[in-house]
Amino acid sequence: MRILVVGGGCGGTILANNLARRLAGEIRSRKVRLTMLSASDKHMYQPGLLYVAFGQMMPDELYRDQQSLLEPSIEFHVDPVEAFHLDQNRVTTKSGRSHEYDVLVIATGSRIVPEEVPGLVEGSETFYSEAAAVKMFKRLREFEGGKVAIVVGVPHKCPIAPVEVTFSLHDYFKTRGIRDKVHIKYHYPIGRIHTIENVAKWAKPEFDRIGVEYETLFNVREVDVENQVVKSEEGTETEYDLLISIPPHRGMPVIERDQLGDGGWIPTDRYKLTMEGHDNVYVLGDTTNLPVSKTGSAAHFEAEVVAENISSIIKIGTPVRDYDGKVYCFIEAGHDRATYAMFNYENPPDLKAPNKSMHWFKMSYNKMYWTSVRGLL
Amino acid sequence: MSEFKTIDARNTFCPGPLMELITYMKQAEVGDMLELLSTDSGTASDVPEWIDKVGHEMISSEKIDDVWHLKVRKLK
Ligand SMILES: Cc1cc2nc3c(=O)[nH]c(=O)nc-3n(C[C@H](O)[C@H](O)[C@H](O)COP(=O)(O)OP(=O)(O)OC[C@H]3O[C@@H](n4cnc5c(N)ncnc54)[C@H](O)[C@@H]3O)c2cc1C
Repeated sequence: MRILVVGGGCGGTILANNLARRLAGEIRSRKVRLTMLSASDKHMYQPGLLYVAFGQMMPDELYRDQQSLLEPSIEFHVDPVEAFHLDQNRVTTKSGRSHEYDVLVIATGSRIVPEEVPGLVEGSETFYSEAAAVKMFKRLREFEGGKVAIVVGVPHKCPIAPVEVTFSLHDYFKTRGIRDKVHIKYHYPIGRIHTIENVAKWAKPEFDRIGVEYETLFNVREVDVENQVVKSEEGTETEYDLLISIPPHRGMPVIERDQLGDGGWIPTDRYKLTMEGHDNVYVLGDTTNLPVSKTGSAAHFEAEVVAENISSIIKIGTPVRDYDGKVYCFIEAGHDRATYAMFNYENPPDLKAPNKSMHWFKMSYNKMYWTSVRGLL
Repeated sequence: MSEFKTIDARNTFCPGPLMELITYMKQAEVGDMLELLSTDSGTASDVPEWIDKVGHEMISSEKIDDVWHLKVRKLK
């Protein structure tokens, strides 16, 4: 039995380590072979980018060698997949190799596509890549006051990021003693300030309290860089001195190129996590088309279900568990307080008031991630 | 016969039905028709409000067995 995991990020790594432990005996006796193909020899802890953008973490703190995170029984190659031949149960890679499989797991994540909004690349700062987060921090340090606008592309990973960056901006300018010189305006694509109703109910009075203006039903259409104006699909516009964007996302180019799913989002069974029409192909994390937050947390819980099911299919011939849509998100409510949202397909999150201990829990999690991704937590 | 692309946004709290519709609307071509399924009662008013504001067409909205079926056409 050949299991091939494509993508060595959050979901792929948790899945592969979990499988390697569950199937240790089968791997030792060579009944099972577990291979991972990824695009990089480094693993990035992406949530840390928010802290880099505020000078609270250094970029090198975000990385570990991918090989060091994997169980030794996993055969790991940095050799990205360039074509999926699902009808022949094989993939071909950049190096020209062909890998056949009995079970395939696709966990290639998502990418930002700011270039799809005219002016967004030149006109805005973001924290969705290492270089961008460092650049954003330098801009923030130089900023002496004026209008800050936050805009949100659709779809995007980490749905909590828009409110988190807004609270962080408030705290950052307050700490620098220039908050009274900064006007912060938050824009959001749907008719309330966050898609999760309870997050919106909590964040709205908080925004009122800290003096953040908001406009809803604002889908960013273009940025007029010269005149520093951001315009919406809905026909409104906002002037800015500093524009912060959560860029729109797509899945990886290979997913679109091979027509595995529109936009790079692979049609996935919401409970079994198999690709529609392909029972031996599982999909995890950002690249699914599931109506589930694109978060490391969702990728983690999905990976656990898929690992348990692949292993039980090998051991007893049947899957044992469904994915219930579980997501757990920390929500940083500034630089010293946080709360969290936990929900699944059936139960909405019940938000608690932010406190300091949740913030310190998140700060610890920023380190604990490396234990979690090894599948030990 | 006209064809609708179905977006199954039943039982989702995040990203939520309207966010899902916006995602699929961006991927669609002008003239394409989409049908959004939602179990969130707010959708029945949120979607027409957005469709109206952004300038697409609301074709129909009905509730069948506790599921909202909202049909829209992309106009721009
Ligand atoms: C600023 C920011 C803040 C965030 N905050 C949070 C947070 O607080 N909480 C949370 O839960 N999530 C957060 N996230 C989201 C989280 O990081 C992602 O949702 C998560 O990493 C998705 O996991 P994944 O395995 O699907 O993809 P990724 O972790 O992105 O991994 C994808 C992997 O696929 C590989 N790959 C790509 N193309 C190929 C190919 N062709 N062949 C082989 N391999 C390939 C890549 O090299 C990578 O290893 C945040 C993200 C950002 C950017």
